Amino acid sequence: MSDRPAEIVKFDNVGLRYGTDPEVLSDLSFTLYPGSFYFLTGASGAGKTSLLKLLYLAQRPSRGAIRMFGKDMITLPRTRLPDFRRRLGVVFQNFRLVQHLSAFDNVALPLRLAGTDEARVVKAVSDMLDWVGLSHRARAIPATMSGGEQQRVAIARAVIARPQMLIADEPTGNVDPDMALKLLRLFEALNNRVGTTVIVATHDVHLLKKVPDSLIMRLNKGQLSDPTGALRYPPRPTVKGTGGGSV
Amino acid sequence: MTADAPLPDEAVPENSGSRRKGRANLLPQTRFGGPIPWVIAILIALVVIAAAGGLALRNLAENARADLSGAVTVQIVEADAQTRSANANAAAQVLGNHPLVTSVRIVPEAELAELLEPWLGANAASGDVPIPALIDVELSRRANADEIANLQQSLDEVVEGARVDAQSEWLRPVYDALAALQYLALALIALIAFATAAAVWLAARTAFSNHSDTVEIIHLLGGTDAQVTRIFQRSVLRDAAFGAVVGLLLGLAAVWLLGAQFAALDSGMVAGGGLGWTDWLVIAAIPVGGVLLALITGRITIGFALRSML
Repeated sequence: MSDRPAEIVKFDNVGLRYGTDPEVLSDLSFTLYPGSFYFLTGASGAGKTSLLKLLYLAQRPSRGAIRMFGKDMITLPRTRLPDFRRRLGVVFQNFRLVQHLSAFDNVALPLRLAGTDEARVVKAVSDMLDWVGLSHRARAIPATMSGGEQQRVAIARAVIARPQMLIADEPTGNVDPDMALKLLRLFEALNNRVGTTVIVATHDVHLLKKVPDSLIMRLNKGQLSDPTGALRYPPRPTVKGTGGGSV
Repeated sequence: MTADAPLPDEAVPENSGSRRKGRANLLPQTRFGGPIPWVIAILIALVVIAAAGGLALRNLAENARADLSGAVTVQIVEADAQTRSANANAAAQVLGNHPLVTSVRIVPEAELAELLEPWLGANAASGDVPIPALIDVELSRRANADEIANLQQSLDEVVEGARVDAQSEWLRPVYDALAALQYLALALIALIAFATAAAVWLAARTAFSNHSDTVEIIHLLGGTDAQVTRIFQRSVLRDAAFGAVVGLLLGLAAVWLLGAQFAALDSGMVAGGGLGWTDWLVIAAIPVGGVLLALITGRITIGFALRSML
């Protein structure tokens, strides 16, 4: 772990606007540390998805500085972005599965794009589908799967390559409370056993109490409105790895 | 969901058996359902026909030029038969001594009469109608205008009423027309190549637009521009290869039919327009060129489209 950067993400006075519209994110400054579990909360339209887009490198900010994995993401050429995207696992709000690919092939995508040997891909994907309880649905295409099944495929795809940072956008939005809890346990397992930094965006405040060691960021109208961490539960979390997060 | 169970190991044994061969197609396969393979097939067929036509015209012109450019005809125009015969002999002697001339033949009167019979009837040889004496002259090479003039001057000094006709000059308008047709064939090929590139450009843009969501997902999962380009190029290659093969077959069928029609004319000049093996090699290279053109166009199109994405 000594080669890991002390901070995995650092935002400095970041703002984001789409076209000539007003800023959807303003003056965001925060630091995320490896091995931590973060919740990103806020009402619908608060800017959670926009912030996550900056985090999973789908968008560049309009202003400010972003460092990830020790590199300046603002000046990074787009040809080098894939190297950093491969360190991320993303569970998109609407899953964003490739519709004409089977569950197996969707989960295999990150490994195949990384050039992993096909025999290893088959074993790893089979094990992962087993783990999320979808072995029997390996050949199914997304259109024939339930929302919960698609969500598990999306999660399996996000974690198959053991990302350094897992970003999930409203991952419990389409599932019942039992399934939501199971998903959270899965993220915790990744966080605890693999050391993956987890960032879960949710507007469900009840979820926050389910992960005791988590840190909470709260967005309100594009700004981090609670930088003191008053909404953390419990108030003084013990963060694994290199130390706590400062929000 | 078995999240309570340990996360599967990341390391996978080297000898783990693959229960599935090959890799998934990241773009849906259309099984030649789209119009592009057929558009390419039609364009390739047109190129094959135009190229075959252009090559045949070139062969025809070259063969005719080879036959005629090294020869001239000398006419002795004289109403009196005896004087005409004497002049013809004198002209043949002058011509025989000329360094450019390799052979001289006075065309016999009977042969002339036979040639003129379709126009003058059976009485062509009666002597009622004076017919110029003709001398076929073979030259050692193609003569230019100055050399023909020099030949004429040599005859003028000895024989009155001798006229040198360079056969290649008679056919110059025909050669010019053939050359124009060849340029037309080339222009047609260039236009069709442009149309092919435009069709592939349009198809690639449309495919990219239709699959932009998949492309974005691939990017977000760590896919590179080169990987995305390869995915689209495979699709372009498959469509272009199918179109090229079908187009070649259609084009060859059309060329064969046209060839059969022209062969039925039983004309010596048309026979000179047959295609040689190098011509067939050129025609065989057309689908290969078409596929390469499609691949390059597809690559450039997707490259530009990708630059607009993060």
